[in-house]
Amino acid sequence: MLTQMSSETKNVLFAGVGGQGAMLASEILALVAVEAGYDIKQTEVHGAAQRGGAVASHVRYGERVHSPVIRRGEADLLVAFEKLEALRYAHYLRDGAHIVVNDEEVEPAKLDKSRLYPREGVDFLKSKGFKVIVVPATKKAIELGNHRVASTVLLGVASGLLNLKQESWEKVLEKRILPHLLDINRRAFALGLELAK
Amino acid sequence: MKRLLSGNEAMAWGAWEAGVVFAAGYPGTPATEILENIARRKEVDAHWAANEKVAFEEVMGAAIGGVRALVAVKHVGLNVAADSFMVFPYAGTNAGFVVISSDDPGAYSSQNEQDNRYFAKFGKVPLLEPSDAQECHDLIVKAFDISEQFKTPVMLRTTMRINHTKCLVEVGERQEREKKQYHRDPTKWSVPNYCRSLRPILEEKQHELAAYSESFEGNFVELNSDEVGIITSGICYCYAKEAMPDASFFKLGMTYPLPKQKIIDFCERFEKVYIVEEGEPFLEEQIRAFGVTNVVGKELFTNVLDLSPDLVAKGLLGTEVKGDFSKEIGILTRPPQLCVGCSHRGVFFTLRKLDVLATGDIGCYSLGSQPPFSAQHTIFCMGAGIANAFGFEKAGTKDVVSLIGDSTFIHAGIPPLIDMVYNKSKGTVIILDNDTTGMTGHQEHPSSGRTLKGEEAKELNIEQLCKVIGVEYVKQVDPYNLDETEKTIREAMAFPGAAVVIAKRPCLLMRGERNKKRIPYVVNDECVGCGVCYQIDCPALSEGPDGLAVIDAISCAGCGMCASLCPTRAIVLSASDRGLKGC
Repeated sequence: MLTQMSSETKNVLFAGVGGQGAMLASEILALVAVEAGYDIKQTEVHGAAQRGGAVASHVRYGERVHSPVIRRGEADLLVAFEKLEALRYAHYLRDGAHIVVNDEEVEPAKLDKSRLYPREGVDFLKSKGFKVIVVPATKKAIELGNHRVASTVLLGVASGLLNLKQESWEKVLEKRILPHLLDINRRAFALGLELAK
Repeated sequence: MKRLLSGNEAMAWGAWEAGVVFAAGYPGTPATEILENIARRKEVDAHWAANEKVAFEEVMGAAIGGVRALVAVKHVGLNVAADSFMVFPYAGTNAGFVVISSDDPGAYSSQNEQDNRYFAKFGKVPLLEPSDAQECHDLIVKAFDISEQFKTPVMLRTTMRINHTKCLVEVGERQEREKKQYHRDPTKWSVPNYCRSLRPILEEKQHELAAYSESFEGNFVELNSDEVGIITSGICYCYAKEAMPDASFFKLGMTYPLPKQKIIDFCERFEKVYIVEEGEPFLEEQIRAFGVTNVVGKELFTNVLDLSPDLVAKGLLGTEVKGDFSKEIGILTRPPQLCVGCSHRGVFFTLRKLDVLATGDIGCYSLGSQPPFSAQHTIFCMGAGIANAFGFEKAGTKDVVSLIGDSTFIHAGIPPLIDMVYNKSKGTVIILDNDTTGMTGHQEHPSSGRTLKGEEAKELNIEQLCKVIGVEYVKQVDPYNLDETEKTIREAMAFPGAAVVIAKRPCLLMRGERNKKRIPYVVNDECVGCGVCYQIDCPALSEGPDGLAVIDAISCAGCGMCASLCPTRAIVLSASDRGLKGC
C-alpha cells in the first residue's frame, strides 16, 4: 500500500499506446478521486498521438492541486499498458514507487529498423528499485471475452495500491461504462483487485 | 454545482451560460471539443464551417446582427481568419463576440508553434488568458461582458495544456439575453469607406480598455514573500505555484492591454521579479517597455516548445530536470503511424513505387512523409500542397503530384485547383477522401452528408465540383485496389492538363465504420516467406519466428492490400468472422 493520504498530493501516471484505453482509465481514477472529495487535475496529450503513438495521462489529487503535470521523480504510481511505455515514463516516479505494467509488448512503428525492442525492460526497472507488478491483463481480458477490458484489469490492480474507497470505484464504473459492458468491466476490475493482493 | 470538466468543456459551458446563440469553427487540436460540446446544447446553433475565415465571418455577422456569438479555432486557424480579425475591431461589435484561439506550444498536433497573444495586440483586441478549466468557464462569461461593454471583439487565448486539463468547475445556469437592435449605419460597419474616421475611435478604445485592465478582477496580486515576486499568466501560474508556493504572485487574467500601473507598483516591491510565461516574451517585452528594469524572463524560461513544472522550477530555483533512462536502456520512440486498414496506405504504397515528388497537406496523411513510406516530400499548412505542386511545375520539376484530404480540400484546396485550371497546369491532385475530418477525431464536413448537430445535410460532390471547375480528368479510385490505383495515377500524370484522382474509402475509425464486422486475413501453407507482402507496411503484418508472414487476427482490418501483393496467394480471408465491438 502507498502511504496513507493526507493533505499530500497523490500523483498517478498512465502510459500506453493510442487506443489501448489509458485515457479512459485515467478519467475513471479522476472521477473516483472526485467522489472521495479531493481537488483534482488530470491532463493528457492527444491529437496525433491517437494514431498508434505513445500516450500519457497525468492524474493528481489532494487537498489543493495547482499543476496538472506531474514533476519528474514525484509520481507515486505508474500504470503502463505496455512494457516499453513503462520504460519511457519511469523517470517520473519517486524512488521505490510502484509500476503496474501489462505483460504486453507492442512493437512501435520503427523509423530505424536496426533498433530493437528492449525485452529486458521489466528487469531493468526492478534493478532501479521500482516495485514492478507485471499483470497479464490482456490475456485475462481475452479470457473474460473482450481484449479491451485489459485496461479495467489494470485499473483494478491500481485500485489496490491507492487508498480510495472501493464503493467509489464501483459507483464511477457504473456511471462511466456503457450498461451492456458494465458486467464484464466489473469482473475485470475485481480480477485486477484480486491480482493486486 | 461542481463538475469535472476539461478546459474545452468548461469554455463550452461558460459560453452557453453567457447566452451564446450561435457558434462556429473548424476542427483543430486542441480546440475541437469546444464546438463539439456547445453543439450539444439545444439553445445554441453551432456548426462546422468550411474553414476558419468563414466561421469567423459568420460569427461576426451574428454578433453584429444582435446575438452573442462564439468562434473557436486553433492557433493556425486564426491565421486563416486573420483578414477579418484585423479589420473587425475598427467597427467593434454590437452583441458579444468572442474568439477562442487555442495555441499548441510544443506543437503536439500542429505544424508550428505560434504565440497568438501577439495577434490580440496586433489587432487591438482585448485578450484574456485562463489558467485552468474554472477560469476557462469564468473568463469566457466575462469576455462576453467586456465585448458588449466596450463594443469590441474579445480574444480568449488558451494553450493545449489548458484545453486538455480537467479540474472541478463550479458551473451555473444559462442566462438568455435580449437580442440587440442592429441599425444600418455604413459609417460604422463599412470599414474601408470610413477607416480614417474609425481609426482614432479604435485607439481611444485601447485607452479605455487599459484603464479597465487596472481594475479587472482577473488581474490579481497574491502577496506572500517580500523577497520573490512572480508575474505570470496561463498554465505557468500553476507551474510556478507548484515550484514556489510562498512567492508573491501577480497573476494576469487579462494580458492585453496590461494593467501598467499595477505592474509597476508590484515590481517596485521586490528586488527581482520573475516573468514566467510559455512561448514568446509577450508580457516581458511590454513590461520592459513600461520602463521596469528589475525583471528576468526568457533568459530563464525557454521560448522553444512547451514549459513544464520541471522547467519552471529549474528557472526559478535552479533545480535540475531529471532525465529519462534512455542512456541506460534503449527506449524506442513510438511515433504515430497510419492505422491498420487505413486507405491512405494504398496511395502511399503506390507513390513510393512510382517515385514521384509529392507535395502534401495537413491531416492523418502527413504520416506518409515518414518511414516506412517517405512518399510525401513537403507539408506546410492547409491547402498549400496543391499550389506548391504548381510552383514546382513552374520550376521545371517533372512528375509532381499533390495530396490533400477531403476536408482540407474543401477548407483551402478549391482556389488553388481553380488556379491550376485557369493557368494551364498539367499537374495531378490526389484527393484522399475518407469521408471525414480524420486527424482531429472524425468531424463532419460539407461532403460528409452530416452536420455538427448530427443532422443530415446536402452532400457536396467533390467529383462534380472538380469537373465544374474545369478539370478534364477526374477519376475516382478505391485505394485498396492497388493495381487500379497505380494505373489511375499513371494515367492522370500522363494527361495533358490538370487532373484529379479521388482515392475514396471511409476512415475505419469513424462512427458507422468502427463497429462493422470485419473478416481478418490469415496466412496459409502456401507462404514461402518471400516478404513481398511487407511492402505494404501494415502494423498487423509481421515476420514470424519461422520466417513466414503472420497476421495479427485482433488488429487485422480485412482490407486485403497485403493479400493482393502475395505472389503465391497465401494470404486469404479467414473462415470465421468476428465482431469488433467498442468498449
